[in-house]
Amino acid sequence: MLDTQHLYDTMDRLARQEGISQWDLGAACGTDLSVQVDRGEAKQLKGAQRSAVTVRAWNAEGRVGITSCTDFSDAGLALALAGARDASAFGDLEEPPALSPRSTEPTAPLERPWLPLQPIQGMLSTLLAAERQLLDCHGAIGTVPYNGLSERNGERVYVNSLGAQRHQSSSSASLYLYARAEQTGRKPRSAGAVRLAYGSRELDVEGCIAEAAELTISHLDYAPIDTGRYTCVFSPEAFLDLIAAFSNIFNARSVLDGLSLSKRDSLGELLAVPFLSLWDDPRHPGSLGASAFDGEGTPTARLPLIEAGHLANFLHSEATARLFGVAPTGHAGMGAKVSVGPDWFVIGAAPGAGAGDSSLDRHSADGVVWIDSLSALHAGVKASQGSFSLPFDGWLLKGGERRSIEAATVAGDIRTVLRSILALEGEAKLTPDGLCPHVWVEGLSITGEA
Amino acid sequence: MVLSFVDSLWRARLEPLLAAGCAAGADLVEVFLERSDRLGVLAEQERVTSVSPSFGSGAGIRVFRGKADGYRDGFVSTTDLSEAGLLSALDQALGMLGLNRPAGASPRALVPQFAGLPELRDFGQGKADWLAACPGVAETAERLLQGTDRLSVHGRHLQSRRGSYSRDWQEVLVAASDGTFSRDLRLHQTLGLSVLAADGEHRSSVARRFGSSDNPEDLRQWDADAAASDIAASSATMLYADFIEAGTYPVVLANRFGGVIFHEACGHLLETTQLERGTSPFAHKLGEDIAHGAVTAVDEGLSSQSFGSLAMDDEGLEPQRTTLIENGKLKAFLSDRAGELRTGHARTGSGRRQGHGYAAASRMRNTFIAAGPHSPADLIASIDQGIYCKVMGGGSVGPTGQFNFSVEEGYLIENGQLGKPVKGATLIGDAETVMPRISMCANDLELAAGFCGSVSGSIYVTVGQPHIKVDSITVGGR
Repeated sequence: MLDTQHLYDTMDRLARQEGISQWDLGAACGTDLSVQVDRGEAKQLKGAQRSAVTVRAWNAEGRVGITSCTDFSDAGLALALAGARDASAFGDLEEPPALSPRSTEPTAPLERPWLPLQPIQGMLSTLLAAERQLLDCHGAIGTVPYNGLSERNGERVYVNSLGAQRHQSSSSASLYLYARAEQTGRKPRSAGAVRLAYGSRELDVEGCIAEAAELTISHLDYAPIDTGRYTCVFSPEAFLDLIAAFSNIFNARSVLDGLSLSKRDSLGELLAVPFLSLWDDPRHPGSLGASAFDGEGTPTARLPLIEAGHLANFLHSEATARLFGVAPTGHAGMGAKVSVGPDWFVIGAAPGAGAGDSSLDRHSADGVVWIDSLSALHAGVKASQGSFSLPFDGWLLKGGERRSIEAATVAGDIRTVLRSILALEGEAKLTPDGLCPHVWVEGLSITGEA
Repeated sequence: MVLSFVDSLWRARLEPLLAAGCAAGADLVEVFLERSDRLGVLAEQERVTSVSPSFGSGAGIRVFRGKADGYRDGFVSTTDLSEAGLLSALDQALGMLGLNRPAGASPRALVPQFAGLPELRDFGQGKADWLAACPGVAETAERLLQGTDRLSVHGRHLQSRRGSYSRDWQEVLVAASDGTFSRDLRLHQTLGLSVLAADGEHRSSVARRFGSSDNPEDLRQWDADAAASDIAASSATMLYADFIEAGTYPVVLANRFGGVIFHEACGHLLETTQLERGTSPFAHKLGEDIAHGAVTAVDEGLSSQSFGSLAMDDEGLEPQRTTLIENGKLKAFLSDRAGELRTGHARTGSGRRQGHGYAAASRMRNTFIAAGPHSPADLIASIDQGIYCKVMGGGSVGPTGQFNFSVEEGYLIENGQLGKPVKGATLIGDAETVMPRISMCANDLELAAGFCGSVSGSIYVTVGQPHIKVDSITVGGR
């Protein structure tokens, strides 16, 4: 158990001894357990006791230095503080980060269950049974080569010389099952599913098995697709992945660094179709990894990013907020140069604006590509250019019937995509990365092997 | 402060630990200890914007059990290197396999076959001054700023210029109940330069990374001007490039980082980790043709100061040169301790991990397609209409072996000549289909540094090849 008061007191004492008047500390520790199985046997059982602490110190010139280590002891903290002090000689004087003025604000309660870890043998039994059940779903499913059940609990602490003392405990569990199926004379096919929960006993194991089996079986009957332009409907997961890959649009740090598709004066510009809205909602009840505060101690909160198609806000750290003349939004990391990033997206229709063409229905569509999941986003997305070319798993729809696409890529420009959305279909789906409906987009380039 | 692993304290701490694991019924117990000292520096435009030192230590304890049922293993990592901390981690690992330390008698008395650790094989000798010999923050910052300055000299329309440096010093020790007792000191340095160019709606982003192992002088020897000139030229070329038209083409892949495709699409399928998982199409093809006869491919950990070289692997074994494919025939797999136990393929010094938080797995080191007899111009001249992939980006391989790689800098080939630059290309295929289509290899083999992320974390590797020709491949585009 991390003792927030003790860490604060220790840092306060050490800083006084070193003559350091401004400092902060972020620390995390926890325990992870995970199991993998292979055809009825345990493949690997893994445990980890994690600890990490990062200390920043400002020198008399206002330059900041940082040092990270794994040692929470007083001696470890003293070394980290001394390292940060030494590094501060090289701190950036032009855009130095400061302590967040919001780091001492009260945070709204974040009600999340904290569940103890299950014995690893119980996790193993659960995963072995899940693997068996998935293998039994269809004769073509021969293995579940990628699988895992993991559980972790941990704590985060943030303290600083303004008196901030933040603490958060969390627990989480995840299950993933990716099956591989093969039929004589046909290429192997693979698909899978993921589930998250606060603890491994809470996981929707049956749902994960059913989804993995259904998807894998759906890809057994595949055909190549002709290269060309298609209307596409993105699954919620796929569209959220695409938006996250281009989140530099909303990132004030990227804007200042010249790496964003947005500019400083882009707020208010029409970015997407008028019926689209997008929020970052770190505290959404569906966000299992919700944080009460960011890396600078700023409380997290829901923030509109696109309102009725218009760019509404940027994500900020303390430093970017100061340069933009606004308040930090709770999206900072912790560093000598502080990174900024989104938490959990909610995508939906703008109030009163409808949801686009309500006649579009993937269950009766014809000649439409249903993109279920995107791959290789790290390689196929040019975030600072706006372009993407990504392999995907999906189906070609004919009269509402799905036929798996053998292998294909989808390519386009994110700005064009946002302005070419035809409709938001159906209810928003809760996914590990956000909340989003199916999204119809017109005229995307598909490369197939036909 | 954690003592260096040459200190006799560690033998005294590890021998009872290994004996205790064996006494509990483990067939093999392995302990991996790590101390690290890292530095990251970032320069943007004319300023150093981030200096990030870090240090740490930890242990990974792995326990194997069950010759009869395929060697199950339990692995636990911890940052607590005290005697109690290590014992607690061992107990957890044993518990995963249903084992418990016997109470009462001394473990050494219960397992007389464990005679204690032999003399330390110290691969770290002569390396003690490496960390101190590396450039300090001030010198590093100066070199990076030279890089970003040279970018401004050579570049046009540059909106962002960045230089980054990372130094990773690591002391590792591996002790196992089979008598493994080895230590090494390692030094990896990597340096990256990148630009974003913009002119109206036209944008291009270009990055290059350089890396070495075991060379404290690496940053001092870096030619900032040459690197900046190359990046600026590439950026200027690609700024106004058109998107490529999707289709199926013959392609020529340039040397150096072009080897990333072989690494990702084929190399991973030759790791015993993939054989264990049942996901390699080559699992039962030793001695068979899996590639065109023009292809010979090697993985080794021996090249002097290459990013993927190592004096010992993360299981204490010296690396070797492993010929994977010879004239198209599959010759060997890359194997680690678990791979040898579970698949029978002998260890190749390829057991690697990012750090103490990961169990080792069979991974690549310096992996390349060997040089052939042709000149690069011969390859271009042999194509009427195709694509020249001068610089490759990243990519990935799916569970069924399907790969995709982005082309950072590409050119059309028309009537045997290089044509206009094209962007947005993605190469798509699978190793089984594409390997037999590599019909020509040039004589200009070169290696390039990179990172490989997989089951045992992110590790340092090099990829490489000469210019090669692939007769036909699907190219994704607009």
